[in-house]
Amino acid sequence: MNSKLATLGLCAYIAVSCLVAFFFPQSVLAFLSVEASLLLLYYVAAPRRVKIFLGALVLVALLPVLGSVNGYYLEVAIQIGIYVALALGLNIVVGFVGLLNLGFVAFYAIGAYLWAIFGSPQANAFIPGGLFPLSPNWFFVFLLLSIVIGALTGALLGLPVLRLRGDYLAIVTLGFAEVVRALVNNLDKPVNLTNGPRGISPISKPPLFFQPLLEFFGLHVTEAKLYPLYFYFLILVLVCTIILVTRRLENSRIGRAWKAIREDEIAAAAMGVPVVRMKLLGFAVGASFASAVGVLFAAKQVFINPESFTFMESIGVLAMVILGGMGSIPGAILGATGVTILNLQLLKGMSLWLNGLRQSGAELTIPLLGSYSLSQLPAQFEPAKYERMVFGLILILMMIFRPQGVLPPTRERKQ
Amino acid sequence: MALLELRGISKRFGGLQALAGVSLELEDGMIASLIGPNGAGKTTLFNTLTGLYRPDEGEIHFQQRSLLGMNPDKITAAGISRTFQNIRLFSHMTVLENVLVGMHSRLKTSLPGILLRSTGFHIQENEARRRAMELIDLTSLSGREHEWAHQLSYGEQRRLEIARALAAAPQLLLLDEPTAGMNTTEAQALMTLFRRLIGNYVKAILLIEHNMRVVMGISDRVHVLDYGEKIAEGHPDEVRHDPRVIEAYLGQGIWSGNA
Repeated sequence: MNSKLATLGLCAYIAVSCLVAFFFPQSVLAFLSVEASLLLLYYVAAPRRVKIFLGALVLVALLPVLGSVNGYYLEVAIQIGIYVALALGLNIVVGFVGLLNLGFVAFYAIGAYLWAIFGSPQANAFIPGGLFPLSPNWFFVFLLLSIVIGALTGALLGLPVLRLRGDYLAIVTLGFAEVVRALVNNLDKPVNLTNGPRGISPISKPPLFFQPLLEFFGLHVTEAKLYPLYFYFLILVLVCTIILVTRRLENSRIGRAWKAIREDEIAAAAMGVPVVRMKLLGFAVGASFASAVGVLFAAKQVFINPESFTFMESIGVLAMVILGGMGSIPGAILGATGVTILNLQLLKGMSLWLNGLRQSGAELTIPLLGSYSLSQLPAQFEPAKYERMVFGLILILMMIFRPQGVLPPTRERKQ
Repeated sequence: MALLELRGISKRFGGLQALAGVSLELEDGMIASLIGPNGAGKTTLFNTLTGLYRPDEGEIHFQQRSLLGMNPDKITAAGISRTFQNIRLFSHMTVLENVLVGMHSRLKTSLPGILLRSTGFHIQENEARRRAMELIDLTSLSGREHEWAHQLSYGEQRRLEIARALAAAPQLLLLDEPTAGMNTTEAQALMTLFRRLIGNYVKAILLIEHNMRVVMGISDRVHVLDYGEKIAEGHPDEVRHDPRVIEAYLGQGIWSGNA
């Protein structure tokens, strides 16, 4: 009875929020309430099947429809997807294996440059024959290749580094990321591999292999409208795959070995866990996720340069994992989603609102202090300018009041 | 043939001779104790045996196989597992997960098998869980399998360490002060458990213990270490009256009567 009520409530909430977002496409609040429906889904005690169905409905049907009304929503959703994938990858290294990695973005960069170099005319600079850019059909080959390359570089970095512990490891991973960034920044001579700080463009987008099918059904969608949807579904599939892989690894001897290493390395070794091999595997799996997302990122952006892969990016992803709750898959997803929404929608939305107030020129009357013209509001008040500060403040508050993160790992309940 | 054979094990830390030519044999079906004053090298011997330290000299043979130079996980896979003096559980894992980690070397599903959830994976995983529950039962922890390990009481944590060590399906179980901090009843219960283990779960047990009631009550053989050297070995009653042992524990004066 109770669960039926909950299901009904959920359906009603999703319907109302989607309708509101559909008819008020400019309202940030309306879209936020749609996003909140997914969080609600996680918490409400409804049957598992219903939850999965409703979640799929929102992600596969409702969000794309809303995205066709306001294209920015799709952009936000894609960004969220990218960060969720990155956070899930880093969660394996930091949350499961317990190795502090401050240079996770390096693997993201490796994946992005992998497709950027060969999916654009860039590779002609060092491979003669004018074969490049490769046809878009190669995109999926490179997506698979990036998983292999990411895993290899992850293991390669792991090999010399895994003897180090704690702070020392963190410093070396940080250094590694800076080396990768310095390399892509400077490998434009003597042989122009990466085009240096000028970046690479145009990068091929993935193939529209389904277009004949759409036309067969009489749907004529312009490419400009189709691509955001396409990327949205690509990242959705990628994220779902990553979640599935992570879950399966977590509930296996490998996941248990990872957590055991995190808890007590010596005891883990004494219990028969091959510590070095398991750490390498953790590094490789995390890196392969990041690298695959990198390929997608490059294809979506069309243009990439080393600026996209700075240290702040690594820290940002790490903060998502820590905020959400280290070692917890729902935590990493929530952390990445929350932080991305905060950056892309909340702070920007507040800036817009403040700007609106200023331009309206209204008078604010405060009792005893007199009135104040809002048009005099200094531009420095814009919350978007305080992105990092607000972010830091949240981190500090979290560390004081909920150091284990919003959704810390849960234990299996009794049947 | 002996199950375990140590010959002339030496280990030096800088200027400290932690172990000086220790030899020891352990037969099938035996419970042996390792005793000695604090700092005598008992835990160092355990650490050497389980691959955490490499001995400077000496040989270790387990079931006619040399263990020298093997990593800790390989030694566990070969059939020796241990508990720790200062409890080293995986605190933020459940009781069940702790025991399951102990089975790591016995589970063989490959990475593709795990990712594709092959039938082999399910069979192995279910069997592992069943065996883990059996061990949890054996150590009187049933009903607590889904608690975090750090939520257990001290005595329970000690028992969980034993269950976790047994999960590796060892031939030889090394227990480092298993009854430390326990009262007489709890210690008695553990002694009963140890006797049950022999022949059913493990072939032999080697334990480090300070509680003489436990040592004398359970051991088939007692080895005494002092300053890294083995000073006595034998049946509990022989060792108890050995003048060198008494000297090591109580000092020279009392024995020679001129204190």
